Amino acid sequence: MAAVTYAAKRRRAALRTLGFLSPWLIGFAVFFAYPLVSTLYFSFMHYDGFRPPVWSGGKNWAYVFTHYPLFWPALRNTLWLVVVMVTLRVVFGLGIGLLITKIKTGTGVFRTLFYLPYLAPPVAATMAFAFLLNPGTGPVDSILRRIGIPAPGWFGDPTWSKPALTLLALWGVGDLMVIFMAALLDVPAEQYEAAELDGASAWQRFRYITLPNISPIVMFAVVTGVIQTMQYYTQPLIAGKVASGVIQGAGTQFEPGYPDKSTLTLPQLVYNLGFQRFDYGSACVVALVLFALSMAFTALLMRRRGGLIQAGDRP
Amino acid sequence: MTRVLDQPVRPKAGETPGDRAARRRALLRWIAVHSLGVAAALFFVLPFVFLLLTSLMSDSQALSRDLVPHTWEWGNYRKVLDTPGFLTWWKNTLVYAGLGTVLTVVSSIPVAYALAKFRFRGRGLALMLVISMMMLPPQVVVIPMYLFWAKQLDLSGTLWPLIVPMAFGDAFSIFLLRQFLTTIPDEYVDAAKVDGCGELRTLVRVVLPMAKPGIAAVALFQFFYAWNDYFGPQIYASENPGAWTLSYGLESFKGAHHTDWNLTMAATVLVMAPVILVFFFAQKAFVEGVTLTGVKG
Repeated sequence: MAAVTYAAKRRRAALRTLGFLSPWLIGFAVFFAYPLVSTLYFSFMHYDGFRPPVWSGGKNWAYVFTHYPLFWPALRNTLWLVVVMVTLRVVFGLGIGLLITKIKTGTGVFRTLFYLPYLAPPVAATMAFAFLLNPGTGPVDSILRRIGIPAPGWFGDPTWSKPALTLLALWGVGDLMVIFMAALLDVPAEQYEAAELDGASAWQRFRYITLPNISPIVMFAVVTGVIQTMQYYTQPLIAGKVASGVIQGAGTQFEPGYPDKSTLTLPQLVYNLGFQRFDYGSACVVALVLFALSMAFTALLMRRRGGLIQAGDRP
Repeated sequence: MTRVLDQPVRPKAGETPGDRAARRRALLRWIAVHSLGVAAALFFVLPFVFLLLTSLMSDSQALSRDLVPHTWEWGNYRKVLDTPGFLTWWKNTLVYAGLGTVLTVVSSIPVAYALAKFRFRGRGLALMLVISMMMLPPQVVVIPMYLFWAKQLDLSGTLWPLIVPMAFGDAFSIFLLRQFLTTIPDEYVDAAKVDGCGELRTLVRVVLPMAKPGIAAVALFQFFYAWNDYFGPQIYASENPGAWTLSYGLESFKGAHHTDWNLTMAATVLVMAPVILVFFFAQKAFVEGVTLTGVKG
């Protein structure tokens, strides 16, 4: 008798859990699991969206890795962005976070001003920077010329387009500032006081107290920065489009990456292959590369103690 | 020690020269820190200032090297608003962002609650999958999703392929809400159950009122996500300008007025302004949310 009620109770609890999880379970199946399997399937198919898909073996894979002219430039750009943009963003975010914890007058105003650019919609922010840096008419260009510094071509110059995007990314560093600020305020004050008594310099205090205390957050910022770089799409695309002067509308095809493939990123290749070249199979190959890279870094994030996932291992 | 540093120096009676030197150092440090602060503030604010100034210039002046308008052309904003389509894009954006936010919040709350408070086998796995979905670039699954919405349901040219999925929980919102809900002590939940509340009633009557800041943060993030989304509308709505959103339409504005930087910048201001306004009204919830995603366990 007791065993029956126990089993019934357990069944009710399981049903209750399923009920609460049901929106996500459906979402997971329909918008994640099914399309992921389907992407794998299409990566072995030749499919243009009009004629039925035909098995093509590893042809799409061979095409993407050996003949598709945009793949390796996009991967190289991603590497550049990971090394330069992510690093600079973390260093700058930490610097601004440190600065805001030292500011004692008007802290709220400073914090809001530092944070605001992070909120600017990416398309709008990129258009604004395209104008600000625009040779000839942009205010930044004008100011640089007035003080006698030769202004580069920014978004119009293959060597300067990624630095220009980096500048835009540094402008929107507010998310990292907030995270670092919270971490810095959590460092126990006694440690600083003890160090000060021992006569430690400001640099020594930063190096031996601040950094070790916030290192999990630095790791978190680096890894999420890398994951965000895998998804980097709107800013480089818009920057390239605006700089190239392509007019959007029916019938216009913009080959992404202007100037000279320097702003190509992997997500843009999925769009280019799938929706401009109607080669859905090869688009799925790039999608899977993107998937593998994102998941590899996500796994790194989940294995870390502290940081993001720590809550997951509570019983 | 830090308290001493907070105060600007004013001479005090009975002070030794050593004290005065320390206070002078503190004052110098105050000046150095705040000068750096002002320099950083200029870096963050000047782009907005130039954007606004250019949006108020005449057509020809916007093409010059001038930084400040000779005549203030407020009519630029009128011209932008009168552009065919612009108000439709506003309306579409509000529908996408508004409806999407409501659906996301309503569908994500029960999932987050179960992940935070129920004990069941596979909970750790479920959480891992939520995080994986959160980190997944939307481009990874876009080909089959597009084929599904466009070829099977014939819904391309609308924003429905972007809105409907939000009724099935959004990974980021679930994760953020779950982080928030785990900070609510179990005692409240248990007490409600002792009082005879079922799970649903406990959630609605006891947990939700305590979770308001978390819900506000999730709603804001989701609203901004939809407002800023470019890729989604590009895939599903590009063929039909009647379904464009502001973020997508803004770029075509540049195309149609290719040399009128003043009008393009006015349109850019109009796309940024609502986000900034919303932020000022809900600053606290937002900053809390950003912190929650990273730091708190």
